[in-house]
Amino acid sequence: MTTSAPGSRIPAVLVLEDGRTFRGRAYGAVGATFGEAVFSTGMTGYQETLTDPSYHRQVVVMTAPHVGNTGVNDEDPESARIWVSGYVVRDPARVPSNWRSRRSLDEELRKQGVVGISGVDTRALTRHLRERGAMRVGIFSGNALPDEGTMLAEVRQAPEMAGADLSAEVATEEAYVVPAIGEKRFTVAAIDLGIKGMTPHRMAERGIEVHVLPATATAEDVYAVAPDGVFFSNGPGDPATADHPVAVMREVLSRRTPLFGICFGNQILGRALGFGTYKLKYGHRGINQPVQDRTTGKVEITAHNHGFAVDAPLDGPAETPYGRVEVSHVCLNDDVVEGLRLLDRPAFSVQYHPEAAAGPHDAAYLFDRFVSLMEGQRA
Amino acid sequence: MPKRSDIQSVLVIGSGPIVIGQAAEFDYSGTQACRVLKSEGLRVILVNSNPATIMTDPEIADATYVEPITPEFVEKIIAKERPDALLPTLGGQTALNTAISLHEAGTLEKYGVELIGANVEAIHKGEDRDQFKTVVEAVNARLGHGESARSVICHTMDEVLAGVEALGGYPVVVRPSFTMGGAGSGFAHDEEELRRIAGQGLALSPTTEVLLEESILGWKEYELELMRDKNDNVVVVCSIENFDPMGVHTGDSITVAPAMTLTDREYQVLRDIGIEVIREVGVDTGGCNIQFAVNPEDGRVIVIEMNPRVSRSSALASKATGFPIAKIAARLAVGYTLDEIPNDITEQTPASFEPTLDYVVVKAPRFAFEKFPAADATLTTTMKSVGEAMAIGRNFTEALQKALRSLEKKGSSFDFVSEPGDKAALLEKAAVPTDGRINTVMAAIRAGATQEEVFAATRIDPWFVDQLFLIHEIAEELRGAAELEPGLLAEAKRHGFSDAQIAAIRGLSEEVVREVRHALGVRPVYKTVDTCAAEFAAKTPYFYSSYDEESEVAPREKPAVIILGSGPNRIGQGIEFDYSCVHASFALSEAGFETVMVNCNPETVSTDYDTSDRLYFEPLTLEDVLEIVHAEQQAGPVAGVVVQLGGQTPLGLAQALKDNGVPIVGTSPEAIDLAEERGAFGRVLTEAGLPAPKYGTAFSFEEAKAIAAEIGYPVMVRPSYVLGGRGMEIVYDEPSLAGYLERHAGLISEHPVLVDRFLDDAIEIDVDALYDGHELYLGGVMEHIEEAGIHSGDSACALPPITLGGFDIKRLRSSTEAIAKGVGVRGLINIQFAMAGDILYVLEANPRASRTVPFTSKATAVPLAKAAARISLGATIAELRAEGLLPAEGDGGTLPMDAPISVKEAVMPWTRFRDPSGRGVDTVLGPEMRSTGEVMGIDNVFGTAYAKSQAGAYGALPTKGRAFVSVANRDKRAMIFPARELAAQGFELLATSGTAEVLKRNGINATVVRKQSEGPGPNGERTIVQLIHDGEVDLIINTPYGTGGRLDGYEIRTAAVARAVPCLTTVQALAAAVQGIDALTRDEVGVRSLQEHAEQLTAARRA
Repeated sequence: MTTSAPGSRIPAVLVLEDGRTFRGRAYGAVGATFGEAVFSTGMTGYQETLTDPSYHRQVVVMTAPHVGNTGVNDEDPESARIWVSGYVVRDPARVPSNWRSRRSLDEELRKQGVVGISGVDTRALTRHLRERGAMRVGIFSGNALPDEGTMLAEVRQAPEMAGADLSAEVATEEAYVVPAIGEKRFTVAAIDLGIKGMTPHRMAERGIEVHVLPATATAEDVYAVAPDGVFFSNGPGDPATADHPVAVMREVLSRRTPLFGICFGNQILGRALGFGTYKLKYGHRGINQPVQDRTTGKVEITAHNHGFAVDAPLDGPAETPYGRVEVSHVCLNDDVVEGLRLLDRPAFSVQYHPEAAAGPHDAAYLFDRFVSLMEGQRA
Repeated sequence: MPKRSDIQSVLVIGSGPIVIGQAAEFDYSGTQACRVLKSEGLRVILVNSNPATIMTDPEIADATYVEPITPEFVEKIIAKERPDALLPTLGGQTALNTAISLHEAGTLEKYGVELIGANVEAIHKGEDRDQFKTVVEAVNARLGHGESARSVICHTMDEVLAGVEALGGYPVVVRPSFTMGGAGSGFAHDEEELRRIAGQGLALSPTTEVLLEESILGWKEYELELMRDKNDNVVVVCSIENFDPMGVHTGDSITVAPAMTLTDREYQVLRDIGIEVIREVGVDTGGCNIQFAVNPEDGRVIVIEMNPRVSRSSALASKATGFPIAKIAARLAVGYTLDEIPNDITEQTPASFEPTLDYVVVKAPRFAFEKFPAADATLTTTMKSVGEAMAIGRNFTEALQKALRSLEKKGSSFDFVSEPGDKAALLEKAAVPTDGRINTVMAAIRAGATQEEVFAATRIDPWFVDQLFLIHEIAEELRGAAELEPGLLAEAKRHGFSDAQIAAIRGLSEEVVREVRHALGVRPVYKTVDTCAAEFAAKTPYFYSSYDEESEVAPREKPAVIILGSGPNRIGQGIEFDYSCVHASFALSEAGFETVMVNCNPETVSTDYDTSDRLYFEPLTLEDVLEIVHAEQQAGPVAGVVVQLGGQTPLGLAQALKDNGVPIVGTSPEAIDLAEERGAFGRVLTEAGLPAPKYGTAFSFEEAKAIAAEIGYPVMVRPSYVLGGRGMEIVYDEPSLAGYLERHAGLISEHPVLVDRFLDDAIEIDVDALYDGHELYLGGVMEHIEEAGIHSGDSACALPPITLGGFDIKRLRSSTEAIAKGVGVRGLINIQFAMAGDILYVLEANPRASRTVPFTSKATAVPLAKAAARISLGATIAELRAEGLLPAEGDGGTLPMDAPISVKEAVMPWTRFRDPSGRGVDTVLGPEMRSTGEVMGIDNVFGTAYAKSQAGAYGALPTKGRAFVSVANRDKRAMIFPARELAAQGFELLATSGTAEVLKRNGINATVVRKQSEGPGPNGERTIVQLIHDGEVDLIINTPYGTGGRLDGYEIRTAAVARAVPCLTTVQALAAAVQGIDALTRDEVGVRSLQEHAEQLTAARRA
């Protein structure tokens, strides 16, 4: 059939760990893959999503039916490779159209060996995940597929996301520097737990020289770059396993160095302060989430990608070993903690993505807040 | 922060009559707003001259003024009601312009009325092109993105000519300031075009201002819908991408939501610009719409314009996303913030989010060029479409094909069967945007065009072009397949192919394809529009079909009634039918049924998810309706399907639905057929002893010729089974008859031609009535102001009838009852009579809701459509009287003596159309309906009511100045009295020599002016046309001549349109106008709400 992307003749099956299956066609590479099934509701930004290291070991279901329309360019990836372990779409583009497009998404997925499936009822799948929660999944494609029982058994053998320590798998092995754009004003040590390319860029735009350090970096490594501030990035996996970064962060907090965390970094701050973290039923993944800044009452539309959240009290500041902390931001859809702010030390974090790639730029002011903290520390 | 406590009453201004560029979408938004404000405990005062709207239903607002939307009348309402605030952003450009006038005249200040929703400064910044350029510059300074097309503002023709030089030559775009729907704008490729377009633009612009702009033809076009609250929270509700590139008005483009061909980076740039624009303009409690052009070569973004108000696009965006922009705008205007307003659909999440779609929405425009054969059908930046259909699918191909079949127009769906034609010729044709260009592109693809060739010719984005290729490939696969196997059939359905299309390709009948499909289990599922791509559970059953896996239709207990809507607005089938469908839904819901609405028109109240218990946003074709009925029968008991209220569209499906076992409630399809079929209907009339004009039914020219010869010319000819007089003409001789049959060969291929005696000089009467099988309720009797022969939809009429006596009403009642009984009506019937001499002829009977139902209901304060819906499901008139839905005693034929008089006037779209050489189209009324909308004037006496109707439709009648009179010979006698009256009112009469002579002989002074054909006089005396163009004529009376001479007054009438001078084309209208002018002169014109009128009527009925 000539009706969709190359390879579409090849059958594919998506098998959820609770036994529900969806049949479709192979998309991208042909083979088998496993991961945690999550859905993302963004209508734009598939390139950024695919290359976001936080999606490591996740099979991403796109709720937007048409994917690949603008092809793949060389400017928009958030890291050097695609991280999703599998990709589920309804209607892949046959012809990409954009003046920046270099190649088709299908081609890119195949080149990078990413197994996907197309032509499935992604809405039914999304509703299933919404009702039953994120769960393990397998995608199997090829002309000789195993029987359903075998596929299901394989899915159930795949590792779970809860308890997974994945930062080291996605982070840089070597430290590197992102130079400030224009005049350099500050130095920041950024712990890479799965950092997205846009994050150091947003800092660089503000005159920050960013020293991106591996996930395994110690407090000594951090202070070796003489930072004005320390940043903890986003990243995949269960924050409950992130004992090493929690320990490093506590050191930073004790030294009162300005600190900013995003996503995984927010969960680490939560843990460093003594709060627990927990797994959301199906997470927040999209670029339309309303978050309220509780200090100003303003609502910002934000990009989210998190399956875990911090368990902190919403009804007023809490005492911690590092002084008082308040929940600074909440998601208005479900009251999930979306940001923490220390009242007695220069530290704050957000659960969502102010670097916004993909997503709205409403929360870019948080990078300015980080700059203000560093300025305050100097003064 | 809760709502403001300092506002207790709000005046909402509606948008008036339906015109091109401003249609039913403002009824949808206005109704939402009024309901919200009322539920907030505010006293809502509404003004709207359009009786066919839901918003003017007496229960929607506290005080409803069906009065002209002019600063003068609105001031009277303000003086009487003393509202605290005025909300002008929900009634289109009309409301906004009126509010600005009231502000500028100091009226708002005088009465202490606060403008809410948008402030004057913001309105000016958004609407004034010069100021908006400054806005865009300021935004660019902050973001480094977004610019205006290079342009110059001009106030004179000299400035226009100099402007082109400054922009570097042709082509240029001309845009007049402050006109709605882009009226008067266009592309000028040379000086001649420039002079014409800019000249007209300067005249149309209330500020005599046009903008000349660099051409960005062929760029990608996008729109964003934004909302902002007083805390500066901003959300983008929807992105829309135009399938047709820049150069076609967005109202005339096929549009797609969400945007399909933007990366996130590019989308976020548009979003950032949009947010900064709304901030800079200062819309602080409401919505706006911003249009962008993006250069496909390098992404350069031009901000084209913004509307600081709810717009047609915001109605579309609301339906496309489930985010009710108008409703939320109204809440924001009274002080709420977005995060305080819940999302209706999820109930759990707030409105301060951005909807995300897991489906594709396609809107396609509906044109009416067939009604204006002289008009230029090229699409430009002036909107020309009269309606639109929207469709939702799980992918673009499905949504597109559903949208095209929703247009319900021959040839609107892709044709894969007939010979496509020559590739080169098709590509050349496709290069010019016209109605149906997408079908031409498909034909070019079938003829072998490559994707590159299609893009080169049309500049349609390659992704969209490929989607058309995809559709074509599936069609080819269907054609080539050995058999219709399940995989292929399912694939075709997933890409939106209808059973009819598949049947045509396979050489089968639609029924056979359907049977095969059902046997193979290939059926659609129904998905929910939920604003959030299933992230949260939806509480509102707003469905669309898709060939996918899982259906979301929930089981139910109560019996359901499925109401079929009227589809896209078109001339002859518009908002009036939506009104009846909505009323049926309300009434049946109250009577304990679960109401299920089916419609595909995004402009309407019926497609508001709040209107019915369930909404299916689906095409109104047999296939789509059968599938919905099936889905609902699976979900629970179905009491039946209502087909009588949505006009010809559902009516046309009635028999086929019944044949497929679907229960039709109310008047049976057989009875409907009986009324449409002339022979059978003739027998009903004969049995009842009622005369009809002589007629005959012809299947060929020979038959038509024989019938016409027997009846005697002139005759009225038309195809059967059409609405709005489509193809109806008065024919004066045999050669014209032959010509007619040739021209309409397409229309009459399926149905025979009706040939009727044309009753010259008869009074036409419309009757709306209810019949339950035993009792007749005469809803209302309307006397037309224009004589028979002018389509009832285009004719003004008065209710109660102004010249008919008790005896006439009695005859009308007994005739109506006899017909209703003979036909077998259970519900509404509309009958058109003609009174010629003393004989009452029956012209036609339609056993369904008519266009006049809302007018009749409002004029008599009785909800006829609600009653009809109840009767359809078994209630009797006696029961409804007992319930109070109908008056306990009496009916529309027995209105009390002091009942108010209501006048309905039609609104014509003349100003919208030009012929290819740029001249206006003729304005003469005829048997083919061409009006787009209507207004109502209501007052205690006819003259005042008529004056109000004119003020509402065209602008106030003049009370002094110069009146030009030129009438056909047959009208000369009837003209004398009104002309004398005009002179007595102080008008200077101008007349051409023949008419002047008649006037003088009757002792009426008239100044002779030169005919256009005579040309200017030896001393430069101007012709009448020049005088009109020079603005020296205030009123024109020009009745067309009979046979052959119908074009004589053409230039006079088109000049009148161009200069917006009131132009009366019948002598009856002149008589009415004189009474109106008399009332105006004596300054007896007051305002009174429908509620007050109703109170008076009810009291009088009790007395």
